[in-house]
Amino acid sequence: MEHFIDFQSVSFCYDADEEQPGKNVLTDFSLQVKKGDFVAILGHNGCGKSTVAKLCNGIELPQQGRVLVEGMDTREETNILPIRKKVGMVFQNPDNQIVATIVEDDVAFGPENLGVPPEEIRRRVDDALKRVGMYDFRFFEPHKLSGGQKQRVAIAGVIAMQPECIILDEPTAMLDPQGRKDVMATVEMLNRDYGITILLITHYMDEAVRANRVLVMNEGAVILDGPPKQVFQQEDALKRAGLDVPQATRLAAMLRRDGFDLPRDVLCIEELLDALLPLCGPPVPSGTDEQPAVEREAPAETAPAGPVILETQHLTHIYAKGTSAEVKAVDDVSAAFSSGELVGVIGHTGSGKSTYIEHLNGLLRGTNGAVLLEGKDIWAEKKKIRAVRFKVGVCFQYPEYQLFEETVEKDIAFGPKNMGLADDEIARRVRRVLGYVGLDDSYLSQSPFDLSGGEKRRVAIAGIMAMEPQVLVLDEPCAGLDPRGRAMVLDLIRSYREQTGCTVLLVSHSMEDVAGICARILVMNRAKLAFFDTVQAVFSHAADLTQMGLDVPQLTRLFLLLRERGYDVRTDVFGPQAAHRELLRLLKGGAQCDQ
Amino acid sequence: MISDITLGQFYKADSVIHRMDARMKIILTVVFVVIIFLCKTPLSLALMFLLTAASMLLSRVPLKLFFKSLKPILPIILFTAAINIFYSDKGTLLWEWKRISVTTGGLFTAGFIVARLVCLILCSSILTYTTVPTQLTDAIERLLSPLKVFHIQVHTLAMMMTLALRFIPTLIEEIERIMNAQKARGADFESGSFLQRVRAMIPVLIPLFVSAFRRAYELSFAMSCRCYHGGDGRTRMKQMKLHLRDVLALALFALATAGVVVLNHFFEPVI
Repeated sequence: MEHFIDFQSVSFCYDADEEQPGKNVLTDFSLQVKKGDFVAILGHNGCGKSTVAKLCNGIELPQQGRVLVEGMDTREETNILPIRKKVGMVFQNPDNQIVATIVEDDVAFGPENLGVPPEEIRRRVDDALKRVGMYDFRFFEPHKLSGGQKQRVAIAGVIAMQPECIILDEPTAMLDPQGRKDVMATVEMLNRDYGITILLITHYMDEAVRANRVLVMNEGAVILDGPPKQVFQQEDALKRAGLDVPQATRLAAMLRRDGFDLPRDVLCIEELLDALLPLCGPPVPSGTDEQPAVEREAPAETAPAGPVILETQHLTHIYAKGTSAEVKAVDDVSAAFSSGELVGVIGHTGSGKSTYIEHLNGLLRGTNGAVLLEGKDIWAEKKKIRAVRFKVGVCFQYPEYQLFEETVEKDIAFGPKNMGLADDEIARRVRRVLGYVGLDDSYLSQSPFDLSGGEKRRVAIAGIMAMEPQVLVLDEPCAGLDPRGRAMVLDLIRSYREQTGCTVLLVSHSMEDVAGICARILVMNRAKLAFFDTVQAVFSHAADLTQMGLDVPQLTRLFLLLRERGYDVRTDVFGPQAAHRELLRLLKGGAQCDQ
Repeated sequence: MISDITLGQFYKADSVIHRMDARMKIILTVVFVVIIFLCKTPLSLALMFLLTAASMLLSRVPLKLFFKSLKPILPIILFTAAINIFYSDKGTLLWEWKRISVTTGGLFTAGFIVARLVCLILCSSILTYTTVPTQLTDAIERLLSPLKVFHIQVHTLAMMMTLALRFIPTLIEEIERIMNAQKARGADFESGSFLQRVRAMIPVLIPLFVSAFRRAYELSFAMSCRCYHGGDGRTRMKQMKLHLRDVLALALFALATAGVVVLNHFFEPVI
């Protein structure tokens, strides 16, 4: 009994009992996990990693082969409870795993099911809540907590059962950066301080690097297996599996190809910095704190040139005005968006950015201030507010949850139909936008509910585009997608703007995404407008951004660190290509390389 | 903001009534309802009203909240009062039109019945204002547990109630989210005929059902992962214990019952 979890040539498919069984998700799959290990499982959506999780505690049973947990076979009915007691699970959606209406009652749910005596449950619940840092919230109702807090409550609920292993199935996919940090810190602590075996299923490379073993799955098989430093050297294999390598690793690989002697196993910015410093030699004192006098790289997008299309003037929104619960959600925000520009909107959760965008199409009406579309107050004629919604298309978070029609065609046509367009015009538009989101006409007659997650997302976005709005606002369009899906959505946003010349506002938590495709960034902080400037200018305020619970792109941080140490580098570097160029300039001694 | 919705109408405060055992509160509320209907004289009703008023004060729930709880029932109260005014023909005649007449007796009966109804509502409000919904479902489960003898799944029912309470705010949030998303696609929920408005809800209801089923599916997974297997062999973290205050309350109610019976016996019943 050396292995804690032992998959012995497991084959599995869904609906095996039905007349048409699904195709095999896993075929002859073997996997052994040691006790006390921290294993990260990576893979694109649909590669079978969630199925592995469900097989571990007998939620699903293998058709062939067997799964053993400490020697207990999951197919034995009598083993199920002891196995589930040892192997706890945390799921992606924090809402759908909390059972009780009060935090501490929810944590007690597991031990209660196990028949633990009341005093012992009390002790375990308090202990579990303290461990995940949620003790002060024990009397809260779950729906009043943030996503990250709910997820930590869910973890506490598992800890209270005193498991030996916790499986987390994309626990941070629906969380904001702060929530992700807190949950990951909790997971690491449980592994380090309490020796709990962790199986972490994730899309995020920066989470996977914290494990001591990384498994990469593709098409139901493990294609890479080893410590993160080994696995992430296999850039090509990872790419084939639809995954990324951490940006620091990628940059190190690029420089190695240029002949610089960098270790192969660089995983994070700090390690890259340590490896670079000996190569750079002593810093050349520049004497000033100014940016070095290198000609500025032309920004990805030029500064706004078009006329102002949408504008908010002193927009303020107060919830529950006049009561003790009064909250200023948006406070005196004035901003003007030019025709055809791509603006990123960032801010921590609760900064007011979501409330702000709900004003742009008149879903909310400001307590004070005005929203001007093409110079006209959108509330000038209250009855015509629907017309504004066709001109300012807002696509909310997880837009696939708004799909409702029988076919993709009908669903995309919902907006245009509400506009009262003629049938042939609607049909034309539906086909055109389907092209924008990279789907072909064969999708038209399919049910939107049969599509994959990423396809549903794209159909939902197409439904907004079909109204041909002058301004398209996308709230976290990449949330919860795997790296391949994220790249695809970002790509389609960029090409959509290029093809239509439409103004696009992109709300995002990812600094890399925003820096990658936007020209200007609007930063919200505590209901106020903190910055609204070019990408370069905004990310030059690294310290302020950190204080707001935001970040600069990872690679930018590298250059800020270099500059802190006195090196003469630019800090307006966001993507890997630009970073590569700038590092070459630094390593070759500045003057030699000035592309 | 929608996240501010509180389940039921629990009012957070620290009072004797809040601390009372929820089971006792439910039993006493039922007892109260029965006594109220036993009251046949103004004096016994006054006694019960005194008891209600005292509990209201003890509960430390602001009085205006109690008035608020009466508001939705007002039409029913007025309707009952009206029926009773015209129904009775006792006492002196005050006003007459064709076959409809108003007498002092009618007025008196109407007043009596209104007072009864108000007492009833206030009493049940005390229960809901001072008891958290989870405690209520918990208490109901424990009180009904003898029904197990008749193979009634009390635990399952209580679990369903708890889950409903847990997911009501989540689903309300969801409805708002979906409505906003469809409004952004030009859906119009505010105008049109009744039929048009009902039809306009389809794009909201379908995603809502799809999502509710998905949630139920995931929740059932999560629950079995946490070793849920029905009510057998389950323990509870929060035990319910009867304290002195509960026994005293019971005694007080017994006294009141006795009072009502005595008053009914010695005074002429009006109803």
